[in-house]
Amino acid sequence: MIVELGHFALILGLFVAVVQAGLGLLGGGRNNALLMAVSGPAAIAHLGCLAVAFVALSHAHIVSDFSVANVAANSNSLMPMLYKVTGVWGNHEGSMLLWVTVLALFGMAIAVFGQNLPDRLKARVLGVQALVGVGFLLFIILTSNPFERLLPAPLDGRDLNPLLQDPGLAFHPPMLYLGYVGLSVAFSFAVAALLDGRGDPAWARWVRPWTLVAWVFLTLGIGLGSWWAYYELGWGGWWFWDPVENASFMPWLAATALLHSASVAEKRDALKAWTILLAILAFSLSLMGAFLVRSGVLTSVHAFATDPERGVFILILTVLATGGALGLFAWRAPALQAGGLFRPISREGGLVLNNLLLTTATATVLLGTLYPLFLDALDGPKVSVGAPYFNATFVPLMMPLVVLAAIGPLLPWKRADLAGVLGRLWGAALTALAAALLVWWWRDGGPIGAVIGIAFAAWLAAGVAIEWGQRVGLGQAFRDGDWSRTLARVTGLPRAAHGMSLAHLGLAVMICGMVGDSFWKTEVIEAAHPGDQFQVAGYSVTLDEVGQKAGPNYQALVGQLTVRDADGRFVTVLHPEKRTYTVQSMVTTEAAIRSTFWGDLYAVIEPAELLNRGQTAGSAAAASKPAQAWVVRLYFNPLVPWLWAGILMMAGGGAISLSDRRLRVGAPARRKQVAELRTEAGS
Amino acid sequence: MNRLLFALPVLVLLIIGGFFYRGLDLDPSAVPSAMIDRPVPDFALPALHPGKKGLSTADFGGQPKMLNVFASWCGPCRVEHPIIMRLAARADVEVLALSYKDDPQASRAWLAELGDPYRQIGVDRDGRVAIDWGVYGVPETYLVDAGGRIRYRHVGPLTAAVVAEEILPRWQALQQANQ
Repeated sequence: MIVELGHFALILGLFVAVVQAGLGLLGGGRNNALLMAVSGPAAIAHLGCLAVAFVALSHAHIVSDFSVANVAANSNSLMPMLYKVTGVWGNHEGSMLLWVTVLALFGMAIAVFGQNLPDRLKARVLGVQALVGVGFLLFIILTSNPFERLLPAPLDGRDLNPLLQDPGLAFHPPMLYLGYVGLSVAFSFAVAALLDGRGDPAWARWVRPWTLVAWVFLTLGIGLGSWWAYYELGWGGWWFWDPVENASFMPWLAATALLHSASVAEKRDALKAWTILLAILAFSLSLMGAFLVRSGVLTSVHAFATDPERGVFILILTVLATGGALGLFAWRAPALQAGGLFRPISREGGLVLNNLLLTTATATVLLGTLYPLFLDALDGPKVSVGAPYFNATFVPLMMPLVVLAAIGPLLPWKRADLAGVLGRLWGAALTALAAALLVWWWRDGGPIGAVIGIAFAAWLAAGVAIEWGQRVGLGQAFRDGDWSRTLARVTGLPRAAHGMSLAHLGLAVMICGMVGDSFWKTEVIEAAHPGDQFQVAGYSVTLDEVGQKAGPNYQALVGQLTVRDADGRFVTVLHPEKRTYTVQSMVTTEAAIRSTFWGDLYAVIEPAELLNRGQTAGSAAAASKPAQAWVVRLYFNPLVPWLWAGILMMAGGGAISLSDRRLRVGAPARRKQVAELRTEAGS
Repeated sequence: MNRLLFALPVLVLLIIGGFFYRGLDLDPSAVPSAMIDRPVPDFALPALHPGKKGLSTADFGGQPKMLNVFASWCGPCRVEHPIIMRLAARADVEVLALSYKDDPQASRAWLAELGDPYRQIGVDRDGRVAIDWGVYGVPETYLVDAGGRIRYRHVGPLTAAVVAEEILPRWQALQQANQ
């Protein structure tokens, strides 16, 4: 009954979206206040319908109603409750339902928070938003219905993919979707602005915070996925340039470019056409990502259940949405009035360079991802594009970007004195040099990539510190000891400025993590018996025993490893696991990780029979013997916690920037606030 | 001119969309039909492990052989590795390998870490031999019959299901044909 209600609500949601799209766009076109007034309430009703559908599906998963095909295929009565819930989106149909629900959520947010948007713009934005929703609802209802019944109902379900039964991955899809779908708002605003024919600064003021929301979630979502790969795949890698990873990374790069160009559009009324184009591209890339993941045109380890019929449908949706928007762009954008003028050396100029580098990087990733498909479709040779290509093209593009990230924030708008700005950065150059020399000395000269990487990170971190320090008057406070003024400036500075500093600093921290993981990893791999001892990175690790553990829906081998430091003092006990999930008879690795400031001690254990056979390949007799031996793999992954810290700092910087007074609804103007603070500080 | 520039994005989209549409009918893991049932290409590669045998055309034939293409930089290769270890442990299976576009030292370290299931390993540093085999990406696995003809190829990581349903039945058929 609840399931049928959900199905009904889903269909009702489609009709509401049709009304919202039709009346919103028609009303906006004719400037008819009555028609336009419908779109706001319609957006709220639309979310209501989809929320009912989503809750109905969640209910079926929670109570394990195996008469629903989706539950039977992706759940099991023995699964812990957490994974019963996350199983709702751990499959194709459910994840599409989450997709449209999030889309509706953003539509509702525009309706509610957009009270002071111009009526026409708002009606059109909601109209476009609903139009995208119509496409995806048709897709779900026609090809991927999550509410399909199964008769007779099986006694138990086929279990959720064991790899997804993990806290890191449980929340990876919702975060990622909030990011992907959040970019739809920038897209809808861009299309509405093109329909409107003007890209006024009010438009740019609205696009930036919404892009920022999407960007923060996308950052967290990609970070969660990467973190999961790090501890679950069992060998400590964190990024693989897999097509599906790239599919999430391209919208992120485009959104990052959009964040930066939108600030030019907002503050200087320039780069309007370019910003609109980026807004369209960012969402188009997330649509393309959905297509790549679900159609099976590329080989990936992340294969979703793929189906040609669905592939055609998503392709048509992607081409219609993107093509419609880009067609409109080709038609309307040339007429957009160019705004504020600026010299090449200026804040605007710096942001243009940032955009060039980021979009080139996006194009590079796109080319590498699609190249095998291009050649295949032209009956060319079959090729593979792997990490070597991406490392050789992407990294060199990021290096000037990192240099620029320290310089850009110091450049004033309109025109700047480059020599003067560089003069203010001599401290950063010195820090970079010192860091390089320190690494050179400490690691006995290398490798050279690590020295360069750390120098870039130090340059950026020092550049951020100099810029922030100068803005809050840190130097002056040191000189005259008057900290109250600096404190007032810290609180008076727009939160967007703090956010930017934190995010850029996060990038620097993350680069350190990448360097540590790429260049300084140490590892020990031994076949071991209980009682054996290993040395890795100054730790002494003893394999105490390997026991059995029964989980709710799996059997596990659990190793117990005691870690002591160089002086023999007890540090910790690690419990790596090897789990066998009974329903799908699939084995997963659960690494045990001890994180410290300087790095991760990472331990994995497996039965030796899996590995020992290598030395005696082909000889079955020898392979069956080494019964009680275990293979213990220990890694010390230097600075890897910095990766996650850097990602959190970036997302945190975005969130702080988002809380900026001028973006909050109904907040009094910031300028007044600062003035008050200044007088307080002065008195 | 200016207008043309603004129309460029939509043109690019249409081209990419066309490729995607064509891509839907292509199976990225399909063998180019040209290589199936053809003799193993002419090649000779140095050995990965110093002092051991390399890999060349002459190593195929006589009895069925399995060839696995791997690289230390390839994530999916790690995923399938335990499965190849298990395959190679069977008395009736012999697995040869190409180390594809990989630093030999990195390959050796990788195998030292995960175990070495391969009877012979050829180093295909620049990927030229792999092109002759029709390698599309790593990992890939080929079945070659006793006459030295390529009979089957699997693109992507081997899974327990692929081994049970695709590889082993074909392998056993090849062996029976040889008896």
